[in-house]
Amino acid sequence: MDNTNAIISVKNLVKKYDDFTAVQGISFDVYENEIFGLLGPNGAGKTTTLEIIETLREKTSGEILVDGYDVDKDANKIKRIIGVQLQAAGYYPNLNLVELMELFSGLYGVDINPMEMLEKVNLQDKAKAKYKALSGGQKQRFSIATTLINAPKIIFLDEPTTGLDPQARRNLWDLIIEIRKNGTTVVITTHYMDEAEQLCDRVAFVERGEIIALDTPDNLIDQLISTGFERKKEVKKANLEDVFIQLTGKEWREDN
Amino acid sequence: MNKPYNHTKATMALAKASFRSIMRSPSAVVFTLAFPLVFILVFGFLGKGGLKVDLAIAPGSDLHNPIIMALEENPVVHLVRDKDAAEIKTGLEKGNIDGLINVQKNTTEKPAYKANVAYTSASMDKGNVLKSVIHNLMYSLNSKDVMPTVAELNESTVQGRIYRTIDFILPGQLGFSLLSTGVFGTAFVFFNLRQTLVIKRFFATPVRKSSIVFGEGIARIGFALLGAVFIILIGHFFFHFTLVHGAVTVINMLLLAIIGLIVFMGFGFVVSGIAKSESTIPPISNIITLPQFLLSGTFFSIDAFPSWLQPISRALPLTYLNDAMRKVAFEGAGLWDVKHQILIMVIWGICIYAVAVKVFKWE
Repeated sequence: MDNTNAIISVKNLVKKYDDFTAVQGISFDVYENEIFGLLGPNGAGKTTTLEIIETLREKTSGEILVDGYDVDKDANKIKRIIGVQLQAAGYYPNLNLVELMELFSGLYGVDINPMEMLEKVNLQDKAKAKYKALSGGQKQRFSIATTLINAPKIIFLDEPTTGLDPQARRNLWDLIIEIRKNGTTVVITTHYMDEAEQLCDRVAFVERGEIIALDTPDNLIDQLISTGFERKKEVKKANLEDVFIQLTGKEWREDN
Repeated sequence: MNKPYNHTKATMALAKASFRSIMRSPSAVVFTLAFPLVFILVFGFLGKGGLKVDLAIAPGSDLHNPIIMALEENPVVHLVRDKDAAEIKTGLEKGNIDGLINVQKNTTEKPAYKANVAYTSASMDKGNVLKSVIHNLMYSLNSKDVMPTVAELNESTVQGRIYRTIDFILPGQLGFSLLSTGVFGTAFVFFNLRQTLVIKRFFATPVRKSSIVFGEGIARIGFALLGAVFIILIGHFFFHFTLVHGAVTVINMLLLAIIGLIVFMGFGFVVSGIAKSESTIPPISNIITLPQFLLSGTFFSIDAFPSWLQPISRALPLTYLNDAMRKVAFEGAGLWDVKHQILIMVIWGICIYAVAVKVFKWE
């Protein structure tokens, strides 16, 4: 696998709202088949950047290519090769999961078997349930299933694990790793650094609309250590989350 | 992947999803079906009664005579017996009783009976009906065995279509059902889809905005037409709602329903655009629907309104839908015969969609 083949390239992206610049000239590449993390505090411009790449928002200036397509000229071609999971997106009311899958297959113009898609995210038992009746983890898994309908080259996940319990979070990691294994590039935002460290091949730190660091998690940690940084407390071989998982089990739960 | 994207398929997928959603939404079913049906049932049963005149028999009146017997057989007159003089007096004063009759045997030779009838100013309309009923009755009783000296009257009635209450009420209810499903339904759906980011998620797919609008429109029209067919059939088979040319009339009515619904959906788009929160949708929608409900001839003919109100009535789109529906159903008019009404609805449609394009919000 050629790891340096850029599938997304962002150059000098700027997004200005009336009195405020959300993104101030950021540039980065996402390589084919990697898991790329956008990290940073709330309001740093992560979601804005993602939505501009996803063609959901107009940019002020800059140049973005997604798999060779320009966001200005070929928005519709881009939409056909990407899958998008939005933060807090809702789904059509009163429909069950299979019916929602049918709707999305029509929207993407592809023929899929709804049950197979639900099986991919282990929701086959919830086929007849309404989206509203799902737990937090199930909702996120369903959201991810809708991003996979068009067999996309790239999927974008905006804070997919926020609000989930440790088991649900780990289940989602497994799912994301599985998706990447099938050849899909993943762009993800998160507030959990352990998650980024586990999942991401490379991460970019975004702060006030600028990228302040971009490298593999390993290199970034090494760089910090080389400046003489040391944790105040000696790190033990396990942490409290490991205790939680050990005590409550790692298996998929009915409700997560 | 290289296969071209199919916009029709996307539109139909949206229409299917929306239709399923509407069918499962209690408020849509109540507004489109239950509400108009209740009114039709109420007026359907009311309408069966026809005109009745209450005529009290005075205590002490002779009961076994040709006059009372003839009145008993008259379908319009309802005889009120066993009331004392005081009850009859208050009845007459309030207009609950429309007249009083007192028949006495004549002790002198001729005529055999004397009938005293009292009317009441509290019920002039029915009093006049009663007056002509009694005059007719007296005339036929008195002339039974007499050869007419001047001319003999032969009366007959041409068998025409009977205009029942249902023929007026049903088109009005149908129009109102279309108005409420068009305005409320469209406003709520687009507001909610926008608010819950469903539309934003749609925009991440290759679907066009027009497909979203058309898909939603097709579903709503489909649902409203099902409702209309249901209402028309109930009206026809249970209450003898007149359909002059049968199925052709139904099809014409459904075509009118589509035109009306498209216009009313325009109002819905406007409401979803200007509403700031979900709770402001019902009041804004009511401002649009209530005046039309009252002034567009849903329950009463607008000819019965005071003359200063009639120009307002004649400006509302529902007035023309109701009018056209009645002409098509009862008079058997074709769509070309109601082109004037259709034209006014189309003008309304153009105006309202011009506003909708300006105020409608996608995000």
